[in-house]
Amino acid sequence: MNRTELLLTQSKKRILILDGAMGTMIQRYKLSEEDFRTTELKNHPKPLKGNNDLLSLSRPDIIKAIHAAYLEVGADIIETNTFSGTTIAQADYGLERLAYQINFESAKIAKEVALEYSQKTPDKPRFVAGAVGPTNRTASISPDVNDPGYRAVSFDDLALAYKQQVEGLLDGGSDIILVETIFDTLNAKAAIYAIQEVFEERSLPLDPQEGGIPVMISGTITDASGRTLSGQTTEAFLISVSHIPLFSVGLNCALGAKELRPYLKVLSENAPFNISAYPNAGLPNEFGQYDQDSEEMSNQVEEFLKDGLINILGGCCGTTPDHIAALAKTAAKYSPRKLEFVNESDD
Amino acid sequence: MTKIKNRGVMKLSGLEPLVFTPEINFVNIGERTNVTGSKKFARLILNGQYDEALEVALDQVRGGAQVLDVCMDEGMLDGVAAMQKFLNLIASEPEISRIPIMIDSSRWEIILAGLKCIQGKGIVNSISLKNGEQEFIQQAKTIKKFGAAVVVMAFDEDGQADTYQRRIDICKRSYDVLVDLVKFNPEDIIFDPNIFPVATGMDEHRKNAIDFFHATQWIKQNLPGAKVSGGVSNVSFSFRGNDPVREAMHASFLYHAIRHGMDMGIVNPTMLEIYDDIPKDLLEKVEDVLFDRNEEATETLLNFAETVKASDKKEVAAEAWRDEPVSKRIEHALVKGIIDHIIDDTEAARIELKNPLKVIEGPLMDGMNVVGDLFGEGKMFLPQVVKSARVMKKAVAYLEPFMPQIGDLDYNEEQSSIKKILLATVKGDVHDIGKNIVGVVLACNSYQIIDLGVMVDAQKIIDEAIRNKVDIIGLSGLITPSLDEMVNVASEMEKQGLQIPLLIGGATTSRIHTAVKIDPVYSGTVIHVTDASKSVPIAGESISEETKESYHKQIKETYRQLRIEHEAKQQVKQMATYEEAKANPVFIDWEHYTPVVPAKLGNITLEHLDLGILRKYIDWTPFFSTWMLSGKYPKILQDEVVGKEAQRLFKEANEMLDKIIEEQWLQAKAVVGLFPVERLEDDLVLPDQGYSFHCLRQQGKKGKGVPNRSLADYIHPQKTDYLGGFAVTAGWGIEAKLKEFQENGDDYNDIMLKSLADRLAEAGAEYLHELVRKEIWGYAKEESLDNDALIKESYAGIRPAPGYPACPEHSEKRTLFDLLEVEKNIGITLTDSYAMYPTSSVSGFYFGHPESKYFGLGKIGEDQVKDYARRKGVSLAQAEKWLSPNLAYTPSFNVQES
Repeated sequence: MNRTELLLTQSKKRILILDGAMGTMIQRYKLSEEDFRTTELKNHPKPLKGNNDLLSLSRPDIIKAIHAAYLEVGADIIETNTFSGTTIAQADYGLERLAYQINFESAKIAKEVALEYSQKTPDKPRFVAGAVGPTNRTASISPDVNDPGYRAVSFDDLALAYKQQVEGLLDGGSDIILVETIFDTLNAKAAIYAIQEVFEERSLPLDPQEGGIPVMISGTITDASGRTLSGQTTEAFLISVSHIPLFSVGLNCALGAKELRPYLKVLSENAPFNISAYPNAGLPNEFGQYDQDSEEMSNQVEEFLKDGLINILGGCCGTTPDHIAALAKTAAKYSPRKLEFVNESDD
Repeated sequence: MTKIKNRGVMKLSGLEPLVFTPEINFVNIGERTNVTGSKKFARLILNGQYDEALEVALDQVRGGAQVLDVCMDEGMLDGVAAMQKFLNLIASEPEISRIPIMIDSSRWEIILAGLKCIQGKGIVNSISLKNGEQEFIQQAKTIKKFGAAVVVMAFDEDGQADTYQRRIDICKRSYDVLVDLVKFNPEDIIFDPNIFPVATGMDEHRKNAIDFFHATQWIKQNLPGAKVSGGVSNVSFSFRGNDPVREAMHASFLYHAIRHGMDMGIVNPTMLEIYDDIPKDLLEKVEDVLFDRNEEATETLLNFAETVKASDKKEVAAEAWRDEPVSKRIEHALVKGIIDHIIDDTEAARIELKNPLKVIEGPLMDGMNVVGDLFGEGKMFLPQVVKSARVMKKAVAYLEPFMPQIGDLDYNEEQSSIKKILLATVKGDVHDIGKNIVGVVLACNSYQIIDLGVMVDAQKIIDEAIRNKVDIIGLSGLITPSLDEMVNVASEMEKQGLQIPLLIGGATTSRIHTAVKIDPVYSGTVIHVTDASKSVPIAGESISEETKESYHKQIKETYRQLRIEHEAKQQVKQMATYEEAKANPVFIDWEHYTPVVPAKLGNITLEHLDLGILRKYIDWTPFFSTWMLSGKYPKILQDEVVGKEAQRLFKEANEMLDKIIEEQWLQAKAVVGLFPVERLEDDLVLPDQGYSFHCLRQQGKKGKGVPNRSLADYIHPQKTDYLGGFAVTAGWGIEAKLKEFQENGDDYNDIMLKSLADRLAEAGAEYLHELVRKEIWGYAKEESLDNDALIKESYAGIRPAPGYPACPEHSEKRTLFDLLEVEKNIGITLTDSYAMYPTSSVSGFYFGHPESKYFGLGKIGEDQVKDYARRKGVSLAQAEKWLSPNLAYTPSFNVQES
C-alpha cells in the first residue's frame, strides 16, 4: 500500500488527528536573533527574528522536537514549518532565494520524525502535510482604501510563488499538500492552480483515489458574520475551491471551536469531501493571548463530533500538545463523518 | 450518514452561492455591463468613468440580475486592462460581487485576465470548436484549472450552427470532447445554441426559433448535466424601433424556451412584456412566427406590427379605457394616476354597489392592490404610486359623507376587514417626508393609515393606538436624538402591556440600533424597515394570522444574533486612547499660514434670499433619491429603467418651482456670523461673545500618516483665528400651502413641496457659503465655480453641521443658535431634541482653512466622553445619551429613563 492509499484507508476508519500550533510552541523556546541565523546568514542585513520558517534551517532540532511532541500525544498528521514559505512572504526578510530550501528541508525534517513514529506504532501510520500559507498579501482586496482597483499582488505572482513552494514540499517528502488559513479565496485559487501545474508536470493524477497526492483546503472565517476576510460566505467559499477532487475541505484559525461549529455544519452538508477543523484555543483575550485550556476546547469540539461533522481534527493558534492529547482522546470516542453518495441526477 | 445537498447541479458563486436547484426556474444574466450591448456602458468605460460604470453594474444587481455579464470587447479599448480594472473594482463593492461574474469575450487573453480577478466561481463566455478541437481542448483545460463554468457556442470549423441538426451535432461533439477528454464537470457546461432573428423575410430564417427550442430540448434530454443559455433580444432583430412587438416577442420566446429547458439567458428586463399581458391578437401572430405555423406568418405580423407601434397604441388606449366597466375604469385611473374622472366613476360605483364601503373594499382596494403589486415587482415607481394614492384619497373623501356614522342603524364597527397602521414621527423630531411615503405605499396595499403627524409624544401614540385598535405602529425619525425617543416609546409600550408590532424607520435608524437598543425593551415584534417598499411585506408578515408567530420568533432570533455579533465586534474594535488620538492630529503647517481676517465680523441677517437665485444652486440628486429614484442627476434623466419617470418628475418639480417663486409660496432667510476664535485643545473659544464649541476627535486606530481628525485641528493652535456659523431656512410660508394640499388629500404635491423646500434650504446653504468665501469672509475672492463644482465641494473650506458625521452631537446647535441669535433674527426654532423648525432649514459652522475636510467621527472611547462631559459641564450620563450612536462601549448606567 502506498502512502496515499494508507491515508485513505485510515481516514475511513477513524477521525484523524492533526497537530497543534507551531508558533505557540516556538515561543516557549524564547529564541534570540542568533537562533534564526544560519552560518550563511550571519551578516544578513535585516533582522530575522520572528521568521519561524527559517528555524527549519537554523535550528532543525527545535522543529523536530515540536513535531515529536505532537506525534507523541497522538497526531496522525503533522504540518511542515512552512506557513510563510513563499517568496512573497519571505520578501519581508529579503530571503526570497531561500523559499525552495525552506520547504524542502521542512518537509524532510517532518518526514523523518513521522516515519520514526510510524515505526513505533505500525497500526497508526503518521503523515506529513506540506503547509501552504496565505502569504501576507491579498489578490482580491486593495490595501489602499483610496484606490479600490489596486492590488498589491497578482494572481500570476501568487501562482508562481506557490508553485515553487509546492515543488519544495513534494521534493522533501510531503504526503499531503495543505492550503490553509485562506482569508482570500483568490489566493487559494492561485495555490490550487499551482498545484495542478506541478501535478501535471510530474504526471501525478489529481484524484487521490487514482493515486494522486491528497490536497487539503482550509479556509478562515474571520468574524461572527460568517464570512472570509474577502467577503465570501462559507458555502460560496466551498463552491469556489471545489474544482479539484480534494482530500478534505475545512476551516481553521480566527475562531474557537464553539464559534466554528455553524460553518462546519454548512461544509458538512454541502461538501463531497472529508471535513477538517482545527480551531484556535478560543478567542484571544484583550492581550492577544489564547487562554482556553485543553479541557474546555475538547468539550466544545465534542459538540460537533457528536453531530458527525468531522473527519480530521486539530488545533491552530494557542493550541499545544496538551490540547491535541485531549482532542485525540475525545475524537477516539466518535466515528468520522461518513458520506452517503446518492446520485440525485439519476432520478 | 451525511447526505450532500444538491449533488449533480450547477453551483456558482460570488460572495454568495448561486445553486441551480430545481426550484430555480430561470437565471437572469445582467447584460448592461457589456460594451458591445450598451452604448452607455461603452462610453463610460472609454471615458474612464469607472465609478459610473460600477453604478450600471449595481443597477443590474438591484434589478434582479443573478449573474453579471462583463464584456470589454471594443476596438478602441485595451480590453485586458479594462477587464482587470473593472473586475477589481467590482470586487470592492460587496453588493455587486455578491453574484457570480460571467467573463464575456471573444478574445482569449481577456478571458484569462478576467479569470485571474475573480475569487468566486464564474462563467467563461465563450469557447467553441470554431478553430478546431486542439484550441478548444486547450482553452477548456485552462478554464477548468481556474474552476469556472463555461458557455460553449454552437459553432464549429464550418461556422455557426443554423439548423436543428447542426445545433445538436456540434453540441454533442463539444460535450463529448469536454467530458471524455478534458474531464470537464458536465454540470459546468452551458450551451448557447444560437438565438437568431425570425421574421426577416428570408425563408431560411423561418425555423430559427423553433430549431432553438427543439435543440434546447434535445440537449437537456441527451447531454446530462449540461445547461442552455442564450441572448434573447436577437430573436426580434427585425422589429427594431417597434418596442411593443419586440417586448411581446421576447416574452413569448422566453416563455417557450424555458418550457423547452432553457436555464438562463441574457434578457433586458425593461424590454420584456408579461406573457399573460400580451394582447391575444398580437400573441397569436407572434407565436405563428416563432413556431413557423404558416407561410404568411411573417407577412401578417409585419402588417400587424404597423398598427401596434408604441405611440399609436397609447393614443387608442387613451380614449378606449372610458368605455370599460366602472371597476376597470377605477383600476385604470388608479394605476395611471388619472384624477379627471374619478369622482364620476366613484359615484357610478356607489350607485351600482349601493354601499360606499363596498366601493372602497371593492374596486378601489382592488385597484390599489394592482398598484401595490406593480410597485412590488418594480414595474411602477414611487412618484407614480403617490399619484395613485392621490386618486384614491380623492375617491375616499368623496365617499365619506355617504358612510354610515356611529349611531346609524347600519353602522357596524367590525364590518371592515381593513387593517390599520398608526404612523408617527417621534417627539422632538419634525421630519416626515419618509413617513408620508411609507404611508402612501402602505395605503396602496390595503392598509388604513392613521397618521399622527410629527412631534408625537409617546403617550399619545399609545392612546391613539388603543383607541383606534390599530394592527401596527410605525415610528419615524431623522435626527439621532430620535433614536432614544424610539427606545422610550417602545419601553412605554411594554410597560402598558401592548403587543402590537412596532416598525422602525427613518434615515438615522438602523438594523443594528433596532436590534441592540429597541428590541430588548419590547416583547412584541420590533422590525427595522430599510425603505418604503420593504414596509409592505414586513407589515403583512407581522400581522397575518398564519405567519405572525413564526415571524415574531424569527425576527427576535435574528436581532438576538445581531446583538451577539455586535457585542463580539465591540470587543475587538481597535481604539486609540483619547491622549494618543490628540497626539495624532491633522498636520497643518501653521508657521506659513496667517488666518484671513473676515471682511465683516459679527452677525448679518439676510431677510429675503432670492429663490430665483437659489434655484440655480439646487443639487437635484438627493431630490430624486427622496422619491426613491436612484441615480445621479442629470444622468438619471437618461437612465434606462427610471429615466422616463425621472424626467416627468423633474418637469413637474420645475413647474412647481415656477409657482413657488412667482406666487411667493415660500420665503428664504438666513443669518451668518463670523467671529474671532481661540483654540483651547479640542475646544473653540469665542472670547468676545463668551461662547465655546466643543469638538470631538476620531479615536479609531489609524494607519501610519493618517490623522485622528477633529474639527479643532483646522483652527490655529496659537494665534487668533476665525470661525463662522450660519442658519438658513426656506420653509417660511410652507404651512398654508401644505394645509391646502392636505385638505385635498394630495400627498403627491405635499411631498413635492416639502422635498423642494428641503432642496431650496440646501441650495441656500450652498449659496450662502459661496457668499461667505467670496465676500463676507473673503478668503477666496477669485473663486469661480459652476454648480457641478459646488456640489462636488471643489472649494476651500467646509460647513459641517451639528448632528452630522464630523460633529454628531446635536446640542451644540443650541450654542450656535444662541450665538447667531437665530430665533430672534430669522425665527427658526429648536425642539427638545434639537431638530430645527421649519423643517427645511440648515445650520452649521464655517471653517476656512484650505486643509479642512469633512470626516466621520466614528466610535469614541469613554475617556473622551468623560473629557467632553467635563468640557461641556454636563454629567457623563447626559453626554453618553447625546453621543450614544458614537460610543465604542456600553455605558455602565443604562440611561433609558428620560
